Amino acid sequence: MKYIDEFNDPELARRLLDEIRTTATRPWALMEVCGGQTHSIIRHGIDQLLPEQVELIHGPGCPVCVTPLDVIDKALEIAARPEVIFCSFGDMLRVPGTDRDLFRVKGEGGDVRVVYSPLDALELARRNPDRQVVFFAIGFETTAPANAMAVHRARREGLGNFSLLVSHVRVPPAIEAIMTAPACRVQGFLAAGHVCSVMGTAEYPGLADRFGVPIVVTGFEPLDILEGIRRTVRQLELGEHRVENAYPRAVRDDGNPAAVRMIEEVFEVTDRNWRGIGPIPASGWRLSEAFRAYDAEHRFDVAGIRTEEPAECRSGEVLQGLIKPTECAAFGTTCTPRTPLGATMVSSEGACAAYYLYRRMNAPATQGARPAAEEMNPVA
Amino acid sequence: MCLAVPGKVVAVEDGSDPLTGLIDFGGVRKQACLEYVPDVRVGEYVIVHVGFALQRLDEESALASLQLFEELGLLEEEFGDAWQQAAREAGEPAPAGAPESGSEAR
Ligand code: SF4
Repeated sequence: MKYIDEFNDPELARRLLDEIRTTATRPWALMEVCGGQTHSIIRHGIDQLLPEQVELIHGPGCPVCVTPLDVIDKALEIAARPEVIFCSFGDMLRVPGTDRDLFRVKGEGGDVRVVYSPLDALELARRNPDRQVVFFAIGFETTAPANAMAVHRARREGLGNFSLLVSHVRVPPAIEAIMTAPACRVQGFLAAGHVCSVMGTAEYPGLADRFGVPIVVTGFEPLDILEGIRRTVRQLELGEHRVENAYPRAVRDDGNPAAVRMIEEVFEVTDRNWRGIGPIPASGWRLSEAFRAYDAEHRFDVAGIRTEEPAECRSGEVLQGLIKPTECAAFGTTCTPRTPLGATMVSSEGACAAYYLYRRMNAPATQGARPAAEEMNPVA
Repeated sequence: MCLAVPGKVVAVEDGSDPLTGLIDFGGVRKQACLEYVPDVRVGEYVIVHVGFALQRLDEESALASLQLFEELGLLEEEFGDAWQQAAREAGEPAPAGAPESGSEAR
């Protein structure tokens, strides 16, 4: 019980763990979908506190990790153009493309800017009418309402110099792809709380029924995660497979209807390639017909760029829970947060980086050690 | 960036388009778009993601989340200087012309 004193309510954590321990009579494998949950699980050692029967598999819920290599290459190509101001969230700067990243493009003279919100990119477009402002619109259902609003306003204002490089992904088709994969071991899901705070829970009962898996909407705080695990294990033991909302303080069943309406007006569902996993039908959004003029891929004619992922990177298997990061030969040797081979090592929400950061290198002497602060995302 | 950070609404700019408010994230203050929670009031807590408030949250959970984010270093990641962070990860100096703050236009 190395970490349990760090929980904000260690007593409650202990009670939840006890209940999980007494409930679980057989081995169960659960997947936490959200990268924020993965980060929290590894940071607090939740996977090590759980009884042996309950195994956590880290899911694909890190938008930075799953953005495909060819989209990164398209971003790098656009960002290097002299007429372009390329705007991105900060955590995309170090995601490796085929031979460089956005950080390097900036060093080579490209006008790459970090924005906090897509509305900041829109403001840059207003202020720089003689430049082309491109926003890198990545993310899951949580980010989509913001990006949708930015392009909606651009059209309303008639801004001809603003466009989006869109790589949006949706969680439910990913759950379906994971469940239909031949090697799938997942028996229950902790669904991503913030995705559901936008989309609500309506997309999940069909999946729970079809695959016979409990899906419990879960927050990302340690106690939320324990509660999500407790409810999932209880359903599994009872032979149930329902959708439960264990994060009601942030998730309403109907989500945020105004945000969903905006997404549906601006985007339409499309097939998407997931880095490391490959194509998943209907797993993303692209700009709908009425907004197609704001699509940077066409404006800058980069739609044809296709690239292969490095063969030694096994992030696809990591993202599907088929291997742990430490089972990859490159982990911690040729692949580190400083020299990442795959995106799951770049973002601190990625499973490989989380394992590296918290020194899960199967070396008992270092297990549970504090992260080396200088490596990445130092704690202030 | 897949996390949404809770914050307290300290001001609402009535009549702004899009509806905008000032949000306090445990000391860091930022503007956020309130169009998706249009009837929110000053003093309430909301979950904010990439500059957009997405849902309300009660004060107790909001404060607990903020404390956790602080411990995980996520506030630094979200609001800190992204170029400095990237430079540290790359083991190189930040590129010339990169701004000191993490946010560009506001
Ligand atoms: S350790 Fe690196 S190379 Fe191996 S799967 Fe993770 S990201 Fe890919």
